[in-house]
Amino acid sequence: MSKLLSSGVVQGAGFLVGCVVFWEVVVRVLGVREFLFPAPTTVIAEIASYPKFFLTNALYTLMVTALGFAIALSLGVLLAIGIVYSRFLENTLYSLLVALNSIPKVALAPLFVIWLGTEIAPKIAVAVTIAIFAIVVDTVLGLRSVDPETLNMARAARANEWQILRKIRFPSALPSLFAGMKVAISFALVGALVGEFVAGNKGLGHAILLAQGQFDTPRVFAAILILGVMGTALFYLVDVIERYVLPWHVSHRGTRKAM
Amino acid sequence: MQPIVEVQKVAKVYGAPGAGFEALRAIDLDVRPQEFLSIVGPSGCGKSTLLKCIAGLEAVTGGAIKVRGEQVVGPPSAMGIVFQRDLLLDWRTVLENVLIISEFRGTRVAELEKKAAELLVRFGLGDFQNRFPWELSGGMRQRAAICRAILDNPELLLMDEPFGALDAMTRDDLNLELARLWQETRKTVVFITHGIQEAVFLSDRVAMMARNPGRIVDVFDIDLPRPRTLEMRDSPEFAAIVHRIRDRFADIGAIRKE
Repeated sequence: MSKLLSSGVVQGAGFLVGCVVFWEVVVRVLGVREFLFPAPTTVIAEIASYPKFFLTNALYTLMVTALGFAIALSLGVLLAIGIVYSRFLENTLYSLLVALNSIPKVALAPLFVIWLGTEIAPKIAVAVTIAIFAIVVDTVLGLRSVDPETLNMARAARANEWQILRKIRFPSALPSLFAGMKVAISFALVGALVGEFVAGNKGLGHAILLAQGQFDTPRVFAAILILGVMGTALFYLVDVIERYVLPWHVSHRGTRKAM
Repeated sequence: MQPIVEVQKVAKVYGAPGAGFEALRAIDLDVRPQEFLSIVGPSGCGKSTLLKCIAGLEAVTGGAIKVRGEQVVGPPSAMGIVFQRDLLLDWRTVLENVLIISEFRGTRVAELEKKAAELLVRFGLGDFQNRFPWELSGGMRQRAAICRAILDNPELLLMDEPFGALDAMTRDDLNLELARLWQETRKTVVFITHGIQEAVFLSDRVAMMARNPGRIVDVFDIDLPRPRTLEMRDSPEFAAIVHRIRDRFADIGAIRKE
């Protein structure tokens, strides 16, 4: 198993390195101009020359993403529970949510600036708006997909609704919730970036916008590279937490037994 | 002696009255304290529906069901139930699965933890109490489900085709264990099955159901000596009773006559 895994990692990393080398060679051989398409080494050099600039902006974007994700997660789970338990909330809130989701949420970003100013609040708001839908939909699905016979088992033992939610519905919804979280964490990053595009003077989104204005393409690429690394890391962070929280789930049983 | 379960003229119709599906019609059945009663019938005869009505998990549409003299409106207290599937929760160990019932009841888990462990040992799961359900075989899982149902010593045990999904050998094994459990604890058991042999082997009485609509056709007294052994199934007395029930099923057209 570990042999297979490591060879998988080796393959993945090898392919990535190959792509980067190809990119470097093509740029050098064809003499592509830096402001059109900088070589990987140029991009890395850009980050290395201004580490503090990239670090502070990346941390800011990371903070917006994390806060947006955390709010989307807690609010989303609460909404989902409400929707599952109340026909009224299902008819009203759930329908509203579905309707709102069909609006491109990026279009709401300028509104949030009008309402919440140009500091961190509107950026978090965009991140929450984009991320929350996946959480709500997947949690509702998970809470509803409980085996009816299992509910009968609990009811026959005279369990109350709160006990059923805590001990049966919620744990069995966790795999679904984690699926939603994996989508939501990436969406939260997109939301944070959009928020930074629209207003303010902090974050990688702002850095990209500023650099673009100055045709500083290596800096744009550097920010994109960092965003890519951040997005990947956040996704795998959720994945690792999932493995830790759900060792019992079908998809992780193989790895658990190997230990 | 007052029956522990009284089923009086129970009807169950799904859908609109008159136009709906008649699952149960005019069911009359008393379950006496400490008796092992099986309900046997072909699939679709409403035997599981009847059990769910007794358990208070489904409402009747006519007649009444009383448990210990009280009308059933929801699941009665001091009742354990074993379903066809074990319904163990994947995220709990075997021991935690057994203990979930006590958590629902609000009784102190710590007190029952020892008892749960003892039960698991008794059912041959002593070494598996900290394993997860998916690490167990089907028979072991159903044993754990039985432990869960009897953890807080219910007076009434309802079993809905509990061994229906198991292979023949495991089934024999669990039949013996259930007979032994009944012998020791004398719980009142209502046992649903489509196996005539199994019903005769375990029961004091066997109620026979037919379908369209679901109704009780006959009730047989099983006068075989106790405790029962698997060898008993080869005895002429056993065969005679099984034969009588099978003939009755053939009479009503539920199974084909040879």
